[in-house]
Amino acid sequence: MSAPHTDHSPHPTQDSSIHDVPANAAEIASHAVEYLKVGAALLVLTGVTVGLSYVDFGSRSMNIVVGMIVATIKAGLVAAIFMHLKGEKITIWRFLVMTGIFAAGLFFLTYLAHSDPISGTFHATH
Amino acid sequence: MSNLISKYLPLFTDKEVPYTVQARPDTGLYSAKLGIWLFLASEVMLFGGLFSAYIFLRIGAEPGYWPSGLLNVPVGTMNTAILIISSVTVVFAWAALKMRQLGKYRLYMLITILCGAIFLTVKLSYEWPAKFNHFGAFIKKESASKYEAFLGNKHLEATGQSPRWEITGHLLDAPKGSSYAHQAERNAEHFAHETGRHDAVTPAEDDYVIQVDAVNANPSDKDNDRPHFWPRETSTTLAVISAKDVESASVFAPRHSTYFATYFLITGLHGLHVLGGILVFLYLWLPFPGGTGLYKTNPEHLANRVEIAGLFWHFVDLVWIFVFPIFYLL
Amino acid sequence: MSTTAIADTGHHNAAQDHGHGEHHHPELGFLQRWVFSTDHKVIGLQYAVTGLSFLFFGFLLMLVMRWQLASPGQPVPVVGAFLRSVFGQTVMTDAGALTAAGYNVFGAMHGTIMVFFGIVPVAVAGFGNFVVPLQIGAPDMAFPKLNMASFWCFFTSCVIMTGSFFVPGSAAKSGWTAYPPLAGIADLEGGNVWLNGQTIWLIAMVFNITGSLLGSINFITTIIQLRAPGLTWMRLPFFVWAQFVTAFLLVLAFPPLEAAGFMQLTDRVLGTSFFMPTGLMVGQSVAQTWSGGGSPILWQHLFWFLAHPEVYVLILPAIGIVSEVVANNTRKPLHGYKAMVYSVFVLGFLSFIVWAHHMYMTGMGAKVAAFFQVTTIMISVPSVILLTSLLMSLWGGSIRFNTPMLFATAFLPMFGLGGLTGIPLAFNAVDLFLHDTYYVIGHFHYVVAPGTIFGLFAGVYFWYPKVTGRKMSEFLGRVHFWGSLITINGVFFPMFLQGMAGVHRRWYDGGVTYEQLAGPVLHWNKVMTVSAGLLALFQLVFIWNFFTSWKLGQKVGRNPWDATTLDWDTPTPPPHGNFDKPLMVYRGPYEYSVPGHPTDFIPQTEKV
Repeated sequence: MSAPHTDHSPHPTQDSSIHDVPANAAEIASHAVEYLKVGAALLVLTGVTVGLSYVDFGSRSMNIVVGMIVATIKAGLVAAIFMHLKGEKITIWRFLVMTGIFAAGLFFLTYLAHSDPISGTFHATH
Repeated sequence: MSNLISKYLPLFTDKEVPYTVQARPDTGLYSAKLGIWLFLASEVMLFGGLFSAYIFLRIGAEPGYWPSGLLNVPVGTMNTAILIISSVTVVFAWAALKMRQLGKYRLYMLITILCGAIFLTVKLSYEWPAKFNHFGAFIKKESASKYEAFLGNKHLEATGQSPRWEITGHLLDAPKGSSYAHQAERNAEHFAHETGRHDAVTPAEDDYVIQVDAVNANPSDKDNDRPHFWPRETSTTLAVISAKDVESASVFAPRHSTYFATYFLITGLHGLHVLGGILVFLYLWLPFPGGTGLYKTNPEHLANRVEIAGLFWHFVDLVWIFVFPIFYLL
Repeated sequence: MSTTAIADTGHHNAAQDHGHGEHHHPELGFLQRWVFSTDHKVIGLQYAVTGLSFLFFGFLLMLVMRWQLASPGQPVPVVGAFLRSVFGQTVMTDAGALTAAGYNVFGAMHGTIMVFFGIVPVAVAGFGNFVVPLQIGAPDMAFPKLNMASFWCFFTSCVIMTGSFFVPGSAAKSGWTAYPPLAGIADLEGGNVWLNGQTIWLIAMVFNITGSLLGSINFITTIIQLRAPGLTWMRLPFFVWAQFVTAFLLVLAFPPLEAAGFMQLTDRVLGTSFFMPTGLMVGQSVAQTWSGGGSPILWQHLFWFLAHPEVYVLILPAIGIVSEVVANNTRKPLHGYKAMVYSVFVLGFLSFIVWAHHMYMTGMGAKVAAFFQVTTIMISVPSVILLTSLLMSLWGGSIRFNTPMLFATAFLPMFGLGGLTGIPLAFNAVDLFLHDTYYVIGHFHYVVAPGTIFGLFAGVYFWYPKVTGRKMSEFLGRVHFWGSLITINGVFFPMFLQGMAGVHRRWYDGGVTYEQLAGPVLHWNKVMTVSAGLLALFQLVFIWNFFTSWKLGQKVGRNPWDATTLDWDTPTPPPHGNFDKPLMVYRGPYEYSVPGHPTDFIPQTEKV
């Protein structure tokens, strides 16, 4: 019962082509432009986030909502393009959907419990 | 059936753990990618727990006890940009590896590491120390009218805004026995040097003297109702506060308020993750056998490792994308 | 270059070069083979042995508590002085009696140890690590080095948690639930914010949780990626399904508790007020160290968000073990395998949205209370489906009542009792009376003690021959079984009576305060204590059996139980890489008593 070696590959020392430019090089290169565009978009959106935070949307809460919407768009770009989630295998998506549901449950139900105390009482921290 | 066997068999008779580099046909994934996404899912729940605490504490905070405008927005924006750039360069590093361009890989990886290091340096050598050098005293509600000149609550009430209970700035003098005595002394010397006023106020032993921030110098000025993008100079106005009027007072450390507790914990944990990412990238960039050394024998495996580390790094960037607005801006 | 490559990247020549399955591994030293091993079987055993030791330790803590409950204030007989010298004056009086603080220490540590250092390491990490790769036909786990790191992270937490008994003020004493503000201020009187029970408890838990997370990632990836060819999802043994869902619960539910653990740690060490409300009074004065503004309820939400799925983590592996043992010893397929698989998924999903049924008494309004009551009642449905399927699996079987089967069969009504007594607790109106009483303790102990632990015993007796090549003694096994079954009911059944009479949990005086209200049921304390003592004695029989059978047990071949699953298809003990031939799976996991077949079982690898 000795430790197994965790290897890896189709035996590269026999395969001299492992360092050749791969067949899908053009495809990868085209993604590079996309990455740059998304990076630029993220920088612009950062500026937008900052700018919008100085605009009065009526109430503090509305500003928070707007800020979170922009943040979500940025996060979506990072996730979809940089993290290759767009076109990722379904297994990964299943985990993430479940995670999203449970995270949402944590947020929402905790908030619900806080905002719905026994009538006549309140959950104060101060 | 025999196709299935011949497709799988070499991997299994190998007795080594299969699918570490090659993808498993039916899932289309190599194992580490599955592993890292599961890890990221758990991290989503970790930061989710912290964010839910933030929400809970913020909505539960009594008006006037959840501040805004206390963090340096330009610096935070710059740090955000640095992380975004590093996210781009790490994916370029991965692409370079896939295209077997070792030189480009090393360049982009280095830039990524440097960006991460700059982010941490800015945070640890500027942002946090600046906070630890800034002081805030919460005034008891029953004593607040005495300090109306610094709190401006009449104006705030008239305009339907939350009350202000805190006076912030640089501590120039603390009550006897305070743990902030050294800091106060330093600040007082600096103040005297700057303004030439050596003993503008003679406080009693039990007083705090604070060189107040701009917002406390002119609390009823409409301009001060909203935070400003560019941080403003601390004013030269001094507030003398009696210790018995103070509810709680400390530097902007985790203990100061739930706002700073959450700020430091979330950015601190985030910072630890940045550090972890940097260390992994360093390992992959340096000529270790499991790092760049792997390029010679198995570049695809190295590319996978960079992809995995990159996914972690993007997640770290993702967290910051939310942290930045909720603490610095909103 | 080549030698470096072999050593560092584990590089090997192909099967094509050396002939099938031939590998030349360097001889591993003792440390690499048995201590820092990356082999899932060694790691599984490391977890199991460590976990079993902690189970026993946690039991001993409870024995002292039970003595105190039966004979309040009396010195512990025989070992009183010894306990005093080990645990110090916070925990024991000079005369050898348990102090009030000591009762709280033992209570909090009993809970923590049993859940996080006993059951989870044995059921999930121990059995899971050893059996799952075997049952799916894999050579090891997907990430063997990570597996080893997980164990050592866990072991670190064990050392830290055990060490917490020896700091000033002794170990944590604010309940395994560590509710602030009590847990926020506890043990800080000594002055040192780091060297005290509660702070060290938090640090140990961070290590424990991290180890658990890393292990769970390994399990999920292994089950998805390393199933042998032909082993489709619906051909998986139910044990693997149970471990799969369990791993998901751990991955997604543990992190919020880790977050909360950091928050409580900073509350104690840095003076933050995540959980410390404004205006907190300690004794007669206001607690000045904290700024206030925090929420004790926040801790409860984050804690129970983990702790509820955690209880399913405690039970699912045992249900998995029982399923394997039942199918094997009834010589027929599991009844309702598909229903069981769907149920376990629904159970896992629902377990994330029921947590506030532990918080009914926190002033929840009607909407949120209704939500949690509904989901809590809903979750009883898949639980019942699982139990009923197992019960129906017995019908018409040719049952072999060997020791594993005795434990597995007893599990069913015991788990049933535990589950049924949970139903009243699901309603907040009833919870008004039963909350924090012995009824709750009875409920959850029935599920975990005669429930899960019996399942684990079944697993030990069942897989022992695969690990060692020998069977444990049947006679001693039966003595262990019957003794445990009777005494364990003697310990836990009276708790329902005491609880319904209103006797509160966590009170060290044995309920003497309740003399007026609950006088008639207090005498059960003595019955429970005697039963607990006898239960301990019967475990000695098990421990003796466990160790002596290693050398003296009846020798058996690779498949002594005539089982169908892949784990019995390996040599005994399974070597590095587990299987001695290429695997192809053709059948489902429980092809027992197939009409027309010469034997009453068909291994999964037998061609159609």
